[in-house]
Amino acid sequence: MSAIILFTAVSIAQLMLAAAMAIASVRMFRGPRAQDRIIGLDTLYINAMLLLVTFGIGTGQVIYFESALVIGMLGFVATVALAKFLMRGEVIE
Amino acid sequence: MIQPAADIPVWAAIAVAFFLLVGSGLALIGAIGFLRLPTFYERIHAPTLGTSWGIGGVMLASMIFFTVSSGRLVFHEILIGIFVTVTTPITFMLLARAALHRDRAEGNGNVPDKQNKSQVATDVLVGSGSRDV
Amino acid sequence: MLPYPLLTLSLILMWLLLNGFTPGHLVLGILVAVFASWAMASLRPDRPRFAKWYLLPKLFGIVLYDIVKSNIAVALIILKIGRRSHNPGFLTVELDIENHVAVAVLAVVLTSTPGSAWLEYDSNDRTVLLHVLDLDNEAQWRDMIKNRYEKLLMEIFA
Repeated sequence: MSAIILFTAVSIAQLMLAAAMAIASVRMFRGPRAQDRIIGLDTLYINAMLLLVTFGIGTGQVIYFESALVIGMLGFVATVALAKFLMRGEVIE
Repeated sequence: MIQPAADIPVWAAIAVAFFLLVGSGLALIGAIGFLRLPTFYERIHAPTLGTSWGIGGVMLASMIFFTVSSGRLVFHEILIGIFVTVTTPITFMLLARAALHRDRAEGNGNVPDKQNKSQVATDVLVGSGSRDV
Repeated sequence: MLPYPLLTLSLILMWLLLNGFTPGHLVLGILVAVFASWAMASLRPDRPRFAKWYLLPKLFGIVLYDIVKSNIAVALIILKIGRRSHNPGFLTVELDIENHVAVAVLAVVLTSTPGSAWLEYDSNDRTVLLHVLDLDNEAQWRDMIKNRYEKLLMEIFA
């Protein structure tokens, strides 16, 4: 019983997160300006991080948590660097 | 694929399923809003749905699942939650400031001007560098 | 000896959460945290000074409640775009708090609640430019920021 509930919930959640990633990448390709594309990238990696955590729940393995943490940290640094580039035109002054 | 999950009780499975669906549903709604809202400054509000309770729901689900299935308290997922909660406002603030700066430098849109005159002058001087990205 | 006790403590906690609790990792985590806080001391950031730190859980609870509330509000706005037009707008608020940490906490709170975003802070005249997704009632937003958050933050940070 609980296995069926979990399997259904995890599958639906993964589908929804995959749809969210697809939508974010649509905005990333279409975005009228560079700042829209950067927020699209930001949304894309946050949803990818959530997708990895749901994979962890689905398989019962803890290893997915660590890759989610790494994606979160790298994505943050990337977005900050891109925002800084938009502001100043260079990353390191 | 779902083999290790079979031994958790039904109430825990229902709780996990609930938080998982709430979290991913909010992330999806955030992404839809991000696609459909018309201007940049409105779009910046939509992904915060995913980064506040979207993350929170999925992390709670993961914490409940691993705590119940392994029989000991597992809450290291809270690190991701804290990390994302602290870092997302920083990226959004930086991006919003960059967008304001670019809109003011190009004079498009109806963004409010800076009150401070001297800063406007330096912005106009500096701001011509990063235009056509 | 320990310039930033709060930082050291949270680093130890993070180390133990990531590696699992064993006595060996406790010792290693304490070593790493102490050396990291010495490294932090050589950067000389401002130390946050708490006046009434016991009010922090109250702030946390209020923020959590507001985030749930505004999550629902923004989700409804997104789901019925087109049928009912919302009213986005910019909002300038003058702040009374001066403490940098308190301003930073206010910025994080306002940006992480969906529906309001912190755009720009001018430290000369202490005004902040916000963007609000549903600016139906401007006075209500001002009142929420000034009375709900700012008063509490002024009490917490001396």
